[in-house]
Parts: sequence; C-alpha cells; structure tokens
Amino acid sequence: MLRVEDTEQAPVEFSAALIAKFDDIKSRYPEGKQKSALLPILHETQAEFGWLSTPAMDKVAAYLDILPIEVYEVATFYTMYFMRPQGKYVLEVCRTGPCCLVGAEKIMDYIEQQLGVKEGEVTADGLFSWRGVECLAACGFGPVLQIGPEYTFYENLTTQSVDTLIADLKAKANN
Amino acid sequence: MGRKLLLEHINVPGINTLEVYRQKGGYAAVEKALKTLTPDEVVEEVKKSGLRGRGGAGFPTGMKWSFLAKPEGVPRYLVCNADESEPGTFKDRYLMTYIPHLLIEGMIAASYALGANTSYIYVRGEMMPQIRILERAIAEAKNAGLLGKNIFGTGYNLELYVQPGGGAYICGEETALLESLEGKRGNPRIKPPFPAIAGLYGCPTVVNNVESIAAVVPIINEGGDEYAKIGIGRSTGTKLISASGNLKKPGVYEIELGVPVEEFIYSDEYCGGIANGKRLKAVVAGGSSVPILPANLILKTINNEARLMSYESLSDGGFATGSMMGSGGFIAFDEDQCIVRNTWNFSRFYHHESCGQCSPCREGTGWMEKVLHRLEYGHGKMSDMDLLVDVSKKIEGNTICPLGDAAAWPVASAIRHFRDEFEWHVTNAAEATSRNYGLANYADPLPKVEKAEA
Repeated sequence: MLRVEDTEQAPVEFSAALIAKFDDIKSRYPEGKQKSALLPILHETQAEFGWLSTPAMDKVAAYLDILPIEVYEVATFYTMYFMRPQGKYVLEVCRTGPCCLVGAEKIMDYIEQQLGVKEGEVTADGLFSWRGVECLAACGFGPVLQIGPEYTFYENLTTQSVDTLIADLKAKANN
Repeated sequence: MGRKLLLEHINVPGINTLEVYRQKGGYAAVEKALKTLTPDEVVEEVKKSGLRGRGGAGFPTGMKWSFLAKPEGVPRYLVCNADESEPGTFKDRYLMTYIPHLLIEGMIAASYALGANTSYIYVRGEMMPQIRILERAIAEAKNAGLLGKNIFGTGYNLELYVQPGGGAYICGEETALLESLEGKRGNPRIKPPFPAIAGLYGCPTVVNNVESIAAVVPIINEGGDEYAKIGIGRSTGTKLISASGNLKKPGVYEIELGVPVEEFIYSDEYCGGIANGKRLKAVVAGGSSVPILPANLILKTINNEARLMSYESLSDGGFATGSMMGSGGFIAFDEDQCIVRNTWNFSRFYHHESCGQCSPCREGTGWMEKVLHRLEYGHGKMSDMDLLVDVSKKIEGNTICPLGDAAAWPVASAIRHFRDEFEWHVTNAAEATSRNYGLANYADPLPKVEKAEA
C-alpha cells in the first residue's frame, strides 16, 4: 500500500549502467509495447535500491512513457516488490502446505527467535528482515527459503543450517 | 524401469551446456523438424502423439495448436508458461535448472510449427536462478546459430526471450500471464476470445507449459505414433511427477503414464514409501488445487481396482471418489498430519493469491480461510463444515478463471472425506490446539483454547 509519507522520499538517480539494462530489456518487445518491460525493470530497480520508493517508480514511469499510476498498480499487485525499506537480506521462508508438512513453521519460529524481530520488521543493524511467502516451487526439498535479489535457494532447512546461513550473511556483510 | 524421454540424460555432467546437450543428441529434433517437416506436419505429429497439456488442464496440445488463427500480416506468438506456483509442483523448475536446452529446443520446434518469429518464456520471478540459466542457454544457442536468423539455413527466424514474473500464482492462468507479460496486473481476461484468436498484444497466441513444450522434442524424435504407444489409453507418453510431503524419497520422477499409484508411492524406483515408518493417511495427487483423497481411495478405484497414475484413473468416480492428474504435484500425508490444519494452509494460499477481480473468489476465499482458521484454533462450530461446503459451492464455477474452483475443491473434498476430523476439532478444541506446530508467527487474532483442568 502506498502511503502519504512516501511522497517525502528522497529523489533517486538512475545510473548509466542501470539505464543500459533498461534499454536492453525494452528491446525485447515490439515497437509501442514497451510497457511489457515494466516487471523486469522493476526487478532491476529494486535490486539497485533495495526497494521501490515512489520517486524510483515515478522515474520508471517516465522512462517507459507511461503514467505513474500504471507503475504503482503493478508494483503493489505482485508480492516480490517491496513498498518500504527492508533489511539488506530478506529471508523469505515458504509457508505453504508441502513445506509445512516437513517443518517450515518451526523454521519460521526459529528465525524469528534468532533475528529477534517479527515478520516484516528490520533488525537494528539493518541487515535482516524475514517474511513467510507462498509456495516457492521447491516442495520436495522443503523447508526452503530464498534471499533476493539473486533469489538464492536454501533447501532442506534445519535449525543448524539456519544458524550457519545467518552467520555467513553477517560475515559477508562485514567484509 | 520405465522409459525416460525428458530426464534420460539428467545425470550426465554438463548436460546444461550446449556442447554436452548436443553430444547427447540435442537439437536433432528441431533440425529434423525444420529441414524435413512443414509446420503443419509438426502440428500433426503432436496431434498423433496424444500429448495432453502438462500444466494441469490436460487439454490435447496438438488440438490447441490447430486452433491458432492465422490472419495475414499479423504476428503470432508462442509463450511458455513457466510460472510454476501450484503448491506441490516443482517439476518445471527442475527441468529448467538441469536441462534448459531441452526447453529451448522445444520452443524452437513449437514456434516453427505455429509460425511464431518471437517467443517468450514467462518464468515466475522467484526463479531468478532459473532465469539466469535460461538466459545463458539462449545466448549459447544464439551464438551457435540455433536462434536468430536463418536457423539451420532453412530461412526460419526466431527470437526467444525470458520474461520474469513478479510473484503471483494467478499468472499461471494463461490470460493473466499474458496481461502480466504486457506489463499489467495479472487479472485474467474473460474468454472468449481465447488467446488462439486474441492473445499477446491482441495477436494469435499459444500458451503452453514448460513440460508440454519440452515433450515436443521426443515426439519429433520418436514420431507421434511411437510416442502414443507409451502410456495407457488416452494418457499417452511420460509425465513428470513432483513428489513431496512425508515420503522417503521426495523429488521429481518421470513415469510412463499408467504406473500404479501404489507402486509410485512404495517402490524403491520412485518414492520408497512413507518416511519414518509411518502409514499413509492421504494424498493430493495433482497439486494443491485438486481434491484430497484418503489412502484407501488413492490406492484403489471405485471398482476396487488398482488406481493408476493416468488422467482417467486418477479422476475415476468424479470428485466423490477421485481426484485429478493436474500438474502432477503429488503430496503425501502421513498418519500424524492434521487435515484441518493443512486445509486451512491451502485455503490461506488461495485467499492470498486471489487477484480480487471476481467477488465470489475475492470474498469467498477469505471467508473460507477465516472459518478454517477458527476451526484449527479451537473456536469452530459444528455448523462450520456445512458453511464451508456452501461457500465452496458458491465460488465454484462462478469466477472468470479457475482459481475459484482451485480454492473450493480442496476444502469441499477435505470435508467430504475427513468430516470426522473436522468435528473432532470442534469437540476436542483444547487438545487440537495444544499441538506444537511452532505457531508463534501466525499473528493469531483469536486466543488459543486453554486445556481444561483435569
């Protein structure tokens, strides 16, 4: 949901490298159908800035020559786009049936304990947030979680592997 | 040991590369198609094969192709549906991860058959690693002259692109997928017109699942008639089954259609039986949207014959005693699993994934989820089961797309086959809610029922 205070957000600049990526994406579609590039361009924008602020979405609209509302309605429809800042690493745990049959709920509980924040909140150091997501299409290897923007999968999770994962991410962030 | 047509070389090191894929006979089918068959002859081979859509609907693929309109001067499109989001189904992800060139070869052959010169593979956004794998494989194919202009010197041109989704189950519905590919919310379109007449950008379009397109490769290699000899009855060929839940060996298996369900669950060739020495309680045979069946009904048909892994046998007896092949998402539940809790979980999924366009689905899925939630948390009433069945009937058949049906069937079938368990949740609320699932995360708005003092 877009909030009023979102309009107060700082302006953003798109780098030449990011615009080059946009240009490449836009070239995949027929003349006049550049709106098709919207979803992949939003992924690239989110990968760059960590979330989709209103100024960033407005700039995407300008780039594609569409109305800002056309970007907002898409960004808020799909679950992968973040409408507010997140932790550097967002642990997205599959919470759907097959993963729950093999312990996903306990893994979510454990992650909450270890990170000390509730679903959707960001840790004080800004490194982590976590959330339950619907089916990640890895049901035979559950419980699973993914971490963007590469959406790396971690399968057959245990509390021990969650400990290792969090420790590894902390070490990576400190290097 | 059944024949493997799609996963035959899955364990060959480097099969994800063009070099190894070609060493194993890759791209021979598309070369044969482009050099020796007309587009109509490729369509005819697919018709003869009896291939049915592997995404869940089971509609004959060749017939779907033959519906494609061919107006002069209007481009046609092939769009691969790789938005695999049905709980229990993960075969397409597996195939794209380990043998991406099989899908690309199928895309070229199918695009040629349909007269498409630009095709898209719409992959769910969460599968970013698979998107990168496909992009690398497409670049390899393009560098080798297998994509682009004048493929195999035949004058046929094809550009192939990968399109990421944004995370929405509804985009697995073909018209919602097309809306999404056009850069819009994934709201399904009213049909007719069908995509074969007015699809992507209003042009004639075929949308096929990953596995259906990959299957075109062995169909061309073997010939449609030979392919049709594999399997049983109208369930021809092989099928990828995603096995999950409480099985000893969950994973993706390629079966010849017609394997007995009992053999699939218990034989060492496939799932190896139920994990941890438990007994089988129930199975969802074709992805979360199809009816759940108790163990006795999944193993035997209404006529007490062995139930087979085929479109016809799995649905034998209709929804009263049967299920569906669906997408091949085979979820097994052991004796310790709670059907009420699982039904709530699936119901939450459909509520979350409803696009909100149709009132019966938008409101009904939320209503069902709330009722199931209160049953699971010990606040249910005996009348809730009838209410759930009533709501599910009000949704079923009353929506633009099949998501409403998909939300209704699991609930209605769970109550049909496990009503005793739902009633037990009402009469034994404290005991039902005292089980430790690690529930702290679920923002339960209702207090749990405290266990009564003895």
